[in-house]
Amino acid sequence: MADPLQDAVVAPAGMPVAATASAASPVGSASSGGSPPPRRRRARRSGDTSFRVALLWLGPALLLILGVVVFPAIELVRAAFSRYSITGLRLGDAGTANFSNVLNHPSLVTVLTNTVIWVVVVVALTVLVSLGLAQFLSKDFFGRKVVRWAIIVPWAASLVITAKLFTMIYDYYYGTLNLILTTLHITSGPIDFLGDDRWTMPSMILVGIFVSVPFTAYVFVAGLNAIPGDVYEAAKIDGARPWQTYWRITLPLLRPALVVASVLNIIYVFNSFPIVYTLNDRNPGFLHDTTITFMYKLAFKSAEKDVGMSAAAGIFNVLLILIVIVIYLRTLKWQEQED
Amino acid sequence: MATVTHAAPATLVPRRRVGWARARRYVLPLVGLAVALAFLGPYIVMVLNSLRPSSDVVQTPPTFLPRTWQLSTFGDVLGDQRFLNWLKTSLLVATSSTVIVILVAVPAAYFTARFRFPGRTAFLFLVLVTQMFSPTSLVVGLYREFFELNLVNTYLAIILTNSAFNLAFAVWILHGFFSSIPKEVEEAAHLDGCSRFGTLTRIMLPLSMPGVVTAVVFTFIAAWNEYVVALTLMLDDAKKPLTVGITSYVTGYEQHWDQLFAASIIAIIPVVILFAFIEKHLVGGLTAGSIK
Repeated sequence: MADPLQDAVVAPAGMPVAATASAASPVGSASSGGSPPPRRRRARRSGDTSFRVALLWLGPALLLILGVVVFPAIELVRAAFSRYSITGLRLGDAGTANFSNVLNHPSLVTVLTNTVIWVVVVVALTVLVSLGLAQFLSKDFFGRKVVRWAIIVPWAASLVITAKLFTMIYDYYYGTLNLILTTLHITSGPIDFLGDDRWTMPSMILVGIFVSVPFTAYVFVAGLNAIPGDVYEAAKIDGARPWQTYWRITLPLLRPALVVASVLNIIYVFNSFPIVYTLNDRNPGFLHDTTITFMYKLAFKSAEKDVGMSAAAGIFNVLLILIVIVIYLRTLKWQEQED
Repeated sequence: MATVTHAAPATLVPRRRVGWARARRYVLPLVGLAVALAFLGPYIVMVLNSLRPSSDVVQTPPTFLPRTWQLSTFGDVLGDQRFLNWLKTSLLVATSSTVIVILVAVPAAYFTARFRFPGRTAFLFLVLVTQMFSPTSLVVGLYREFFELNLVNTYLAIILTNSAFNLAFAVWILHGFFSSIPKEVEEAAHLDGCSRFGTLTRIMLPLSMPGVVTAVVFTFIAAWNEYVVALTLMLDDAKKPLTVGITSYVTGYEQHWDQLFAASIIAIIPVVILFAFIEKHLVGGLTAGSIK
């Protein structure tokens, strides 16, 4: 019990971990019959005891990640090269047929175009709106707490519930948005936001921005708070105008927050399923689908329920996300070096 | 405020600025009200629609306020066996996932925060990558796995999925809290004869309470709000969670808008309140220490 914790911290590998963890874990203490000094020496020599102890503490986490994240990823790859019956039984190898089926799918161009528009427009507008909002929220005014609290609601609420709510708000006959627009004489008549093909994508994008802004604004507020006040003071003394201060000082210092928020948003928005799926419910085919809902519908909603082809589409999605993650991690590393 | 603007240095400030300094006391709260309304507006519509009969929701011309007020919908929903089943599933899944995440994340976060060992960086990297992947992108693989394990339509499948994909947040936030506690605190407890496990439960966890609460609440909310996996794996109506179940109030066949919105409010309110508690720590956990 009296193992010196000091050692545990100083020594990089081997003995300290083994010694300290033997006190904590039933498995370790079972073997702690011998006198401490020789055991330590042995542990220091072999070095794999520490690995075993690390496994003990990290094992459950590793098991969960391997079983429910890594294994499904392997299953996805396997499925992409397999043929399935409509009930989900594996019939055999498909070779690369699933991939060529996806690449030759008549809706592929539409779906890819939708995805690019969806991700780029939602993320770009979210970042712009959030920059303004964060600037506003970092000011001190009466009722700021209430505003911060109000912004939390779209962030905390389930996306399906919000999306379902918007199907009513966007409704052609009964929707509140059309009521507002016609009452204020902004439009002469109601707009079929979810039925008119020209309006479906913009309507989905608005909801996408609505639910993405809260998180993004909070990241920017944290970023703004991290900028030391004396930088602004110096700028003031040097006679910088507010706009100059923002452009030359705030934005460059906010860059890490900007990068993090943009990349996380790209991943979130790309993966966003409930909004596109729910608001698009009425439309058959893939006219307004993104690659994520396209993949989902192929496996679970289309007439043929083609799991193999859906998995092939899923692989393309995963690869796209991986590229974004690599860029993200590169950027994080760059930041650490900057520090 | 007035004395400040009339003080001597104010003469250096342009007159325009003095006017703004006075006006901003009123302008900023007004802008704040507009912002709050923009974000709350849709949910206000939700509340108003839950307080009118479904026939009033779908009546032309639409009105902002209910033509007939009806409070009974909430009672109807809470007495509806289907709704109670969904609520039970949501509670069961969210609670179980949260317990699993905490049990798994605490030792992992503690060990990586206190010790340097081979594979530490690799482990933290793996955790970071799982945070980037949503179950959505792997849903077909998840479905295949649980199909082959014969776990489709079981609580276990969605509990495991929710636990795995929310583990990263808990590990990161706890890792941060554990690292910030000075080692001397632990040493002192150690000299007093406290075991490694005892130090963790009696010293480290109480000192990291804000982090633990944040991890608990975040996991609970994420599991409560999860949709895609439950939609795919839960085929039995009684086993669906709220997010999936609620949508069946309004389909091509039946349209109970009042019940949809009343049920939505019941599903949202606890989550929003919980969220408000942990709001301070969320950004740090979600951005994994890349900005401070």
